[in-house]
Amino acid sequence: MNRRTLLASAAFALGLAGAAAAQDPVKVGFVYVGPIGDGGWTYEHDKGRLAVEAHFGDAVETVYQESVPEGADAERVMTQMALSGADLIFATSFGFMDPVINVAQKFPDVKFEHATGYKRADNVSTYSARFYEGRAVQGLIAGHMTESNIIGYIASYPIPEVVRGINSAFIHARQVNPDVQFKVIWAYTWFDPAKEADAATALIEQGADVILQHTDSTAPQAAAERAGNVYTFGQASDMIEYAPKPRISSIIDNWAPYYIERVQAVIDGTWESEDTWDGIAPGMVGIGEITDAVPAEVKAEAEALIAAMASGEYHPFTGPLNRQDGTPWLAEGEVADDGTLLGMNFYVEGLTGAVPQ
Amino acid sequence: MDFGAINPTVLAASLMVASTPILLAAIGELVVEKSGVLNLGVEGMMITGAIVGFAIAVETGSPALGFLTAMAGGAALSLIFGVLTQVLMSNQVATGLALTLFGLGFSALIGQGYVGVKPPALAKPDLGLLADIPVLGRVLFSHDLIVYLSLALVVAVWAFLRFTRAGLILRAVGENHDAAHALGYKVVRIRLAAIAFGGACAGLGGAYLSLMRVPQWTEGMTAGAGWIALAIVVFASWRAGRVLLGAYLFGGVAVLQLNLQAAGVAVPVELLSASPYLVTIIVLVIISADRGRAALNAPASLGRVFHASS
Amino acid sequence: MIRLEKRPQPSRAWTVATPLLAVALTMVAGGLMFALLGKDPVVAIRTIFWDPLFHEQFASYSRPQLLVKAGPLILIAIGLSLGFRAGIWNIGAEGQYIMGALAGAGVALALYPLDAWFLFPLMVVAGALGGWAWAMIPAILKTRFRTNEILVSLLLVYVAEQVLASMALGLMKNPEGGGFPGSRNLQHYPAAANTELIAGTGMHWGVAAAFIAVIAVYVLLTRHILGFQIRLAGQSPRAARFAGVNPNALVVICLGLSGALAGLAGLFEVAGPGGRINIGFNQGYGFTAIIVAFLGRLHPVGILLAGLLMALTYIGGELAQFMLGIPSAAIQAFQGMLLFFLLGVDVLSNYHIRLGRRRAA
Repeated sequence: MNRRTLLASAAFALGLAGAAAAQDPVKVGFVYVGPIGDGGWTYEHDKGRLAVEAHFGDAVETVYQESVPEGADAERVMTQMALSGADLIFATSFGFMDPVINVAQKFPDVKFEHATGYKRADNVSTYSARFYEGRAVQGLIAGHMTESNIIGYIASYPIPEVVRGINSAFIHARQVNPDVQFKVIWAYTWFDPAKEADAATALIEQGADVILQHTDSTAPQAAAERAGNVYTFGQASDMIEYAPKPRISSIIDNWAPYYIERVQAVIDGTWESEDTWDGIAPGMVGIGEITDAVPAEVKAEAEALIAAMASGEYHPFTGPLNRQDGTPWLAEGEVADDGTLLGMNFYVEGLTGAVPQ
Repeated sequence: MDFGAINPTVLAASLMVASTPILLAAIGELVVEKSGVLNLGVEGMMITGAIVGFAIAVETGSPALGFLTAMAGGAALSLIFGVLTQVLMSNQVATGLALTLFGLGFSALIGQGYVGVKPPALAKPDLGLLADIPVLGRVLFSHDLIVYLSLALVVAVWAFLRFTRAGLILRAVGENHDAAHALGYKVVRIRLAAIAFGGACAGLGGAYLSLMRVPQWTEGMTAGAGWIALAIVVFASWRAGRVLLGAYLFGGVAVLQLNLQAAGVAVPVELLSASPYLVTIIVLVIISADRGRAALNAPASLGRVFHASS
Repeated sequence: MIRLEKRPQPSRAWTVATPLLAVALTMVAGGLMFALLGKDPVVAIRTIFWDPLFHEQFASYSRPQLLVKAGPLILIAIGLSLGFRAGIWNIGAEGQYIMGALAGAGVALALYPLDAWFLFPLMVVAGALGGWAWAMIPAILKTRFRTNEILVSLLLVYVAEQVLASMALGLMKNPEGGGFPGSRNLQHYPAAANTELIAGTGMHWGVAAAFIAVIAVYVLLTRHILGFQIRLAGQSPRAARFAGVNPNALVVICLGLSGALAGLAGLFEVAGPGGRINIGFNQGYGFTAIIVAFLGRLHPVGILLAGLLMALTYIGGELAQFMLGIPSAAIQAFQGMLLFFLLGVDVLSNYHIRLGRRRAA
């Protein structure tokens, strides 16, 4: 029995035989690590899924599973999706890496796309976003906007993605403001809005007047609004409800173009295993509107930086750059390679404190 | 390291805000446990209060109405527990856990349309001159109404349990339900009322999270606060004043560790992050080592099924 | 006027019938909820309860998965049931589960890439010890300082989570993992892997251990003096003291046993289906097991059945989510309802329902 007949019998058992057999749409599965209602990481991936549905209409059927723990449950969920006839499965969390590889071995005809991982196979692609490009823009604006020269940073866990963001923001804040200092709080949770609120309050009380966040809730925005004269940036989603102040810009996860492209490739039969790490240029990293609270010349400078990164003319990690202990990392004009960036677990020179190990 | 950056006055004010949700939930649970009922569903009632209050505040534009509905919602949910444990005499531990599971699911279900919405703000009372007093003004007179309400509730519950006849009856029911029943008290009704009060307090605490402290709706946003509230009641050895102490201790350490991180103190982050739990345990050990009076304070009928056999 | 009259003995007929009645009631109430969400209730209910077992497409895969999911729940719940019977409240099995997994995986990662027959047995011992040691903290604080074990065991869950995060990010981080958090995958380390004992059955050492625990505790409770003491301490602490039961020893034994079993569950999970230590490794088995223990009325056979039923709703719930687009929140609410009904209708096995006025006593 091949997979098509499997699909047909599965659909028959569900009493949906008519719909499935008539059109035979491409079935796309999404596996989420959190609930769609998290308003951040998973919420944005699901927006990508909805965009796929809107774009392809009846030609595509999407299914999804929320709040899938990383480990045995992920493997089961993906196996069941593959058994039910999914043609393409997006696994949207780093921790799904080994389960994706295991399931992909069992279902060579099913295509898998794994977000933020590094293991690939003939039927497993990886994709991720160069969020550090967005961080560079935030750093530049923050460096200009701060008057106390203290910038607060709410981080989740000390993983390379987060460390990369801190470094990128710091480098660009220092470029425009040599006196700037970063205060970093590690929340040690992926998700606890109340703790994020407390962290933002603590940073503001210790003099930070710009808050950057690598956590997804709007708690820092609300804390900044209460405090007055504190600026923030939206994270994952635009958080436009706090514009024009305190939210003066944002980094938006925009997976829709990539998801549409990959589904199209499956429809066309041109899908191949690839490694995609996209940034501002193709729109995977969106920069939300820079509001009027930001002076016009700063806004222009930020837009120039965005344009330079989009055109590939500028890389946020360009030498000369030293590591925190003063040892040279990148020589004048040298650009960081992706391997180092992917596993980045050190601070650049000028940052205080240590990356928790 | 920059300890100078930590201002004790500001810290004190912040810890009061941070502690209020668990304080509210814990003071409600205290009354429930004093009546001899162990409701482990605090987390489920809090999160239900969080979404019900949020939704009503957004729809009507009135945070006050939101808070009231959150209390009603928490109480309504708690009565599922009440009917199951008091009328159908189900096991309290398991029913409470089931209530948490149900509340988390139910809240997420009704909250689907409220992700990414900004709720209306509750105006802070302007205490004028009082708020300008140095130190005290910031610590005591710069808060929102719910913080004061939570403090008033602690005093009210303390006075109720200690001085009123109704409070005495409630405690009697919790100590020995058979004796209370023999004296003609309606054990089941009294307990249902206590359970509903606990649910209303938990709902209010949840709404304080979603409407004031964060303020935002996201699934599962209580992130374990209900469990901490349960622990605080035990910590307090079932005394109202010590519930306040426990909640502020926990909230205080939680806020302090974030401040220490921001000040760049060289202590491993994971240790700082675990510190609220560790400090609570250590303080409890120190208190309970004192001749073990704590254990004697637990309501004797706590968690036991009551059946009026005569 | 309806009133309840206590049965002298729980009714055997109702003991069997009530779970079925509860499932039926849940189908009605849950079906109503699914209908309100715009889903076909009959299809939804069938997907949850029937398809994991008998669907021609999935069942051959899902049935073994039931064991994988139920194994840790049963193993932990069996341990907890002893303490619960004796009135000793270990709410922190989740933390003991984490520490068992860390201890067991720690042994394997420290000895990597040693290929020796004794590695896996050593990990099993370490896993049990890890859970046991974490449970000894509330036990010793309770016996020494009379500190309440509910609070200590519960708060230690959060401490264990921090230890887990710290290990996943630091000491146990995979040196070949490109800087990402999480340990090596023990499934790829044959000497340490907890593989299926019979391929395609889902039966791994953890499931075997769960079955052994069910039998052992059954024997303990019915045949052994310790089982008698545990039951006596729960029913009447005073009588237990007169009978010479040492309450402190009971605390240490019950917390220790439940901790060790939870630790074992963690070890078998990390060495088997889970594969690796990572930040979100624990997923609530320790808390769900409390429900399983009471759902099974603290009886070993009851726990076995309750664990399998919970596993069924998890796996059926997953199928319902992606096949029918039912949100995971609705599945959670559905599980809550099922528990409500199971707990509520239990009244029928313990009480007669009488109509009419009470006879004068």
